[in-house]
Amino acid sequence: MQVGRVVVCYASTRMAATAFPTMSTHATTRIVGAPVPRKEGVEKLLGVARYVDDIEREGLWHGATVRSTVPRALIRSVRFDRSIDWSEFVIVTAADIHGENHIPLIFTDQPCLADGKVNHCDEAILLLAHPDKHKVRQAVNAVQIEYDLLPTVFTIEESEQQETIVWGKDNLIKSFLLQKGDVDAAWAGAASIVEGEYRTGAQEHLYIENNGIIAEYSEESGLTVWGSLQCPFYVHRALLAVFNLPAEKVRVLQTETGGAFGGKEDYPSTLASHAALLAMKSAHPVKMVYDRVEDLAATTKRHPSRVRHRTALDENGKLLAMDIELATDGGAYSTLSSTVLSRATLHSPGPYSCPNVRVSSSSWATNTVPYGAFRGFGAPQAIFAIERHMDEIAAAIGMDPVELRRRNFLHQGDTTATEQLMREPVLLDTLLERALSESDYYAKRERFAFENPSSPVKRGMGIAAFYHGSGFTGSGEPYLNSLAGIDVTPDDKVRVLASSTEFGQGTNTVLTQIAAEAIGLDYADVQMAPADTGIVPNSGPTVASRTAMVVGKLVERASLQLVSSLKEHAGLETHFSRADFFEACRRYRTTKGEVVSLCRYEAPPGISWDDEKYKGEAYPAYAWSVQVAQVAVDTVTYSAEVEEFWAVQEAGRVINPVLAGGQIEGGVAQGIGYALYEKVILQNGRMVNNQMTNYIMPTAEDVPPIHVYFEEIPFQHGGYGAKGIGELPHDGPAPAILNAIKDATGVSFTSIPLLPEDLHAALCSRESVEEPTTA
Amino acid sequence: MSASDITIQFDVNGETRAVHAPPMKRLLDVLREDLGLTGTKEGCGEGECGSCSIRMNGELVNSCLVPVLQADGATVETVEGLAKNGALSPLQQAFLQCGGAQCGICTPGMLMAATHLLARNPHPNIAEIREGLAGNLCRCTGFMRIFESVILAAVDSRTDQVSSGSPDAR
Amino acid sequence: MRGDARTHQLIAPDTLAAVLDLIASEPGRWTPIAGGTELMVAFAAGKLGATNFISLWGIPELRFITTHQDGISIGAGVTFSDLRNNATVISEFPLLAKAASWIGAIANQNRATLGGNLVNGSPAADASPALLVYDAEVEFASVGGNRRMPYYAFHTGYKQNAMNADELLFAIHLPRRFARHGQYIRKVGPRRAMAISKVALAATALVDSGTVSEIRLAAASLAPYPARLRHTESELVGEAITNDAIRAARSVLMREAQPIDDIRSTAEYRKRVGANLLEEFLRGLNAPRSG
Repeated sequence: MQVGRVVVCYASTRMAATAFPTMSTHATTRIVGAPVPRKEGVEKLLGVARYVDDIEREGLWHGATVRSTVPRALIRSVRFDRSIDWSEFVIVTAADIHGENHIPLIFTDQPCLADGKVNHCDEAILLLAHPDKHKVRQAVNAVQIEYDLLPTVFTIEESEQQETIVWGKDNLIKSFLLQKGDVDAAWAGAASIVEGEYRTGAQEHLYIENNGIIAEYSEESGLTVWGSLQCPFYVHRALLAVFNLPAEKVRVLQTETGGAFGGKEDYPSTLASHAALLAMKSAHPVKMVYDRVEDLAATTKRHPSRVRHRTALDENGKLLAMDIELATDGGAYSTLSSTVLSRATLHSPGPYSCPNVRVSSSSWATNTVPYGAFRGFGAPQAIFAIERHMDEIAAAIGMDPVELRRRNFLHQGDTTATEQLMREPVLLDTLLERALSESDYYAKRERFAFENPSSPVKRGMGIAAFYHGSGFTGSGEPYLNSLAGIDVTPDDKVRVLASSTEFGQGTNTVLTQIAAEAIGLDYADVQMAPADTGIVPNSGPTVASRTAMVVGKLVERASLQLVSSLKEHAGLETHFSRADFFEACRRYRTTKGEVVSLCRYEAPPGISWDDEKYKGEAYPAYAWSVQVAQVAVDTVTYSAEVEEFWAVQEAGRVINPVLAGGQIEGGVAQGIGYALYEKVILQNGRMVNNQMTNYIMPTAEDVPPIHVYFEEIPFQHGGYGAKGIGELPHDGPAPAILNAIKDATGVSFTSIPLLPEDLHAALCSRESVEEPTTA
Repeated sequence: MSASDITIQFDVNGETRAVHAPPMKRLLDVLREDLGLTGTKEGCGEGECGSCSIRMNGELVNSCLVPVLQADGATVETVEGLAKNGALSPLQQAFLQCGGAQCGICTPGMLMAATHLLARNPHPNIAEIREGLAGNLCRCTGFMRIFESVILAAVDSRTDQVSSGSPDAR
Repeated sequence: MRGDARTHQLIAPDTLAAVLDLIASEPGRWTPIAGGTELMVAFAAGKLGATNFISLWGIPELRFITTHQDGISIGAGVTFSDLRNNATVISEFPLLAKAASWIGAIANQNRATLGGNLVNGSPAADASPALLVYDAEVEFASVGGNRRMPYYAFHTGYKQNAMNADELLFAIHLPRRFARHGQYIRKVGPRRAMAISKVALAATALVDSGTVSEIRLAAASLAPYPARLRHTESELVGEAITNDAIRAARSVLMREAQPIDDIRSTAEYRKRVGANLLEEFLRGLNAPRSG
């Protein structure tokens, strides 16, 4: 019964023991590395976990949003239809904002509520609240808005032409120029030059729980907000700006969150501000939970991209130069476009060693719903392009695409495009061999080449190799300056103190495993403190695959630090029992008042990053992967399906094999959706397939068996040796799948999502319409 | 014109319950709001995601598509009825062990769909498991560990049969 | 949730007679609702035009599958789960059993009814192609009595049908005469489950001494309503299935088909795949039978 397999291989024996002297990388751990059950698993399975819409409050009102129906316009008038008794409602507009009418993120261009002008369809214009959730919903339709339409821009091409300016002075949200060596000098000496253009479409997160927030305000307590969100302190910061309240008068708590994938990284700041505005004005707690139709239409999605490659190679297929032009569509406001562009830029050359590289990247504004964070954050777009391009190069120069990659892989001691020295071992060759062997890649290619001509179903194998930088780019982690640790309560509970949130990926489990291991307690002894800005320190946002690595390390250090303190100040012996530990905590508490241990982020030594020149250590660590897809293309229906998938990766120490395997499988499934199923259909800048019926993700009958293999090289600066894992698996499926489709059909596709209608157009243009498809 | 509330009486997880609600009110909303059983979730309101799945008269249905009047006199099972006396059912145990739940929002519906499947087919093969769960979307797991969970629960039930000397034991 | 239950009326009479009385006495006022898999979606979207609903769910007179000597009769209230699990349907009307198994997923099949599928009248309706190629008859009930008509005359336009305002779809009758026929059905959608048809083709045919003596073809989403492909059928009747015949039939189908571009697919794709499905069926007819 083929489901998929997860195998974990310990590669630590490869390394000299002296390379990793810290306790955290010992292979023998009791809890770290064990498949302990999910910390909040029982509640989820019983159906008692409390998501925001499960929560009721006394006197709760309901909020709704009146949104723009046009993509760009001046608001001429707002009329309230007399069929409704508006005295029952609370109405909030931009005029009700006491602080700043913007949602601070990187820039401050995004208004909290539109003020006289809209720049995308479904932009929030005004808010309504009412005790009855049906009445408030219906009232939305009774607000009539008249617009004076303005010219619009809907594509990267239209934006970069700069004929119509819709953002800033020139539509350009952000640009980067990354240069290594001398690209222009390399063309002359090239044996081959290969060009290609690759495109990716938007992608919707499709978390099964829609966005939702409850807000409450009182003079005494200030503003309290509960909701489905990834980053309590991002929301906190946004509320401070919008309401001009002191920090201690704003409190944000995360409720159990039903999936996020980046879609709840920045958007909740907007929704929380809206709910809070209504709560303040109505003097009632207000709940705003989107339905699927609204969430799909109005919230963030993955940035569409266009990537152009021009590559020079020598006569042996070694890369001489890469000239890359990368553009993303940022939507109407900048939100996270700068940082998505940054990661796309840094991932665009692929896991290859190349002496001359130029990446010029730009993010362009359009009159569409702003794009935002989504698992991979620019890397899936960039890696789609380079990994498709590698196969195109291989075809152009007559080389096996596997061999082409092997000849150009980065190794330990090489430098990347930013001249970062690969100090840690790079296992790409090992991962590649494992992937080829487990998938039986060559034998299958041969078999399919033999079978395909006489079969209506054409099969092929495709491969992708890539890295994913763990944590924030360059100076990001020092800038975040994260603080995290543990405390021990008077009733003998150890709590992890961090603002890192759980939304399925395993934060609660991994961080408590680390603390329990480092202290020497049982897994059951450690809990997470509530994700409440009033209780936990700011350990940074739960993004960028940084939690196990960065925050895990802080928790590990803080745990060891506490044990040290107890030994020094509370008579804890070298070898202690569980009872001894809590006894020592009691003694410590009598003198110090509380038992808390916090640690602040320390950058690994020798990390330097130049933001201007885009040079240096772009990421503190990299996870590496090779993925293989086996795809079948049905020439009767032009449908491509993934029949089987293999994912081999090295992401440092695997803290929990069940959770880690689940992250890979889930990321691969999302990547398969990105490649073959999920299309955001825009008309006049509005998503028109904003229903689950029409936005298609793979079901249980569509996902292939997914086989997962881990190699491990513990990373000494990550929690118990962990590196980032959550986003890595979404980077590879799209190019692996399209490479397999090329193998199966001989046709190169360079754009995703690749739907049967697109396959049909390309495959049929080669044949006459009436001809039978097989003789 | 409009209906006033009517009284619906039904059996929910073994208990007789009565609610007063408009007859068109969705069974999903009655469960969540009138009965406080918030385990059943709304993911789409279109019958596409399955997070509202429950069993009504032994049939798996999407409760977002059932007007409560049609549940009058019915036997309704929701996720809250799976555990007995606070102890996880074998299926729930299997999900916990195999990692079948990540964010957990699809989990109640998924458990009901798996319960329905195993009630009809105690030893399903992988194709039958896929079909049985095809109406329940999970965005987190990629389904692999959900399949494993169902297989484990099915195997466990076979083991139970073996130990009780069933002729099925092989 | 954009619908307000308080603004709608829903009643559930116990008997068919009570339902018929009501819709006769107040024609046009009452909209029947069976499994709700269409109407409740519109309700949640805030797009439910009608106000007053009469529930057909659980009325025993509508939920039956009866086997006679010459045919089977299927009550309009039969669910797709009922259909796909019925022994006679599985053995003698396999296209209908397969179509039933392709609707949504298990939970939808447990509630969606055959009658609802036909009355909703989507050009993509899952049951329709199979019913058309099985020569189905539909029967309406009213206080004035029952009447029948061939199913192919039921759909009269996009989401329009031949029933009078006081009539209810009562049953669908299929003749038991397809045991020797080659049969084919295939649905093409965006994924393997929870999919609305982009195009589907159902076919039944008799081949005697190498030529097609009888053929029925029906498609989903190649016309504004479910319909037989009569020109394509005519092209094939009396012909041997050769490469030329297949080529000609493909050509006729692609002219006869009138698909549209919509949110799910394109007209070109639908036509082309429709022709491919036809070819797949025809080549399968020629292939030696197993068993």
